[in-house]
Amino acid sequence: MANALRWLMPHPLLTLILAVVWVLLQNEVSAGMVVFGIILGIIIPMITSAWWPDTPNSFHMGRMISYSVVVLWDILVANVQVAWIVLTKPNSQLRPAWIVVPLDLVQPEAITILAGTITLTPGTVSADLSDEGHSLLVHVLHTDDPDGVRDEIKSRYEARLKEVFV
Amino acid sequence: MSFAEIGAFVVGICLLIGAFFALVGSIGLLKFNDSMTRLHAPTKVGTIGVGMLLLASMIYSWVFGEGWSMHELLIMSFLFVTAPISANFMAKVNIHRRACDTPPSPPRDETWSTLNVPEADRDIEETVETPVN
Repeated sequence: MANALRWLMPHPLLTLILAVVWVLLQNEVSAGMVVFGIILGIIIPMITSAWWPDTPNSFHMGRMISYSVVVLWDILVANVQVAWIVLTKPNSQLRPAWIVVPLDLVQPEAITILAGTITLTPGTVSADLSDEGHSLLVHVLHTDDPDGVRDEIKSRYEARLKEVFV
Repeated sequence: MSFAEIGAFVVGICLLIGAFFALVGSIGLLKFNDSMTRLHAPTKVGTIGVGMLLLASMIYSWVFGEGWSMHELLIMSFLFVTAPISANFMAKVNIHRRACDTPPSPPRDETWSTLNVPEADRDIEETVETPVN
């Protein structure tokens, strides 16, 4: 039974996401739409399984939700800070910097989420990954303390993501 | 004040905040004089600017229209998934064309993946590269 279920849904989270996206696209919750969403959620991962060779061995949904809340709050705060920089700082006083973040994360999914978070938080853009994936290159719009920004990324985001994909 | 009036005020405030951040993002895009700092402006518009406009749209359809509208949540999540990827590609192009300061080399690995040219192509790379700035 467990094997059959795994054959049917090799990526349960992807199945769930596809079903939810389908229902949201229809903008109505009815039994027919849910069933069709689940059918899509089973068929699409099967067809595209060649691009999903590995699954993350564990994923804590609750911790991911609390991580998202932290990120959304940081986006709000950082937006105001960056708007202030844009409106008040002349270009000559701007001190952009490259920051190298050494990564403790190894799962590609976790690194992708970390890079996306860094880009979505205004003021920082993740630019590149080192050739063997051990460090992340981040560009900062304005900072007086590059090491502080690096430590904040590591303690605030990376430590939480390690808990999500523990 | 009636429910509809409060709704109208909330929608108006959300629209103003969203429009303000979109404006700030455009000002940043014009004002900054370096291709890497310019990248920071669109990420702002993409998050809070569009987010607030979509929130206004959701509240509007909830108060005045056809009940809950969920399409905005989808737009938001697709935007959050795709915006970092386009920003990443533009940053990679900047690094590749040497349009920005050379990044410091990574501590544990050899080089950044964008600068990692296969040995067979290194002599082509030398001739093709022309600094833009």
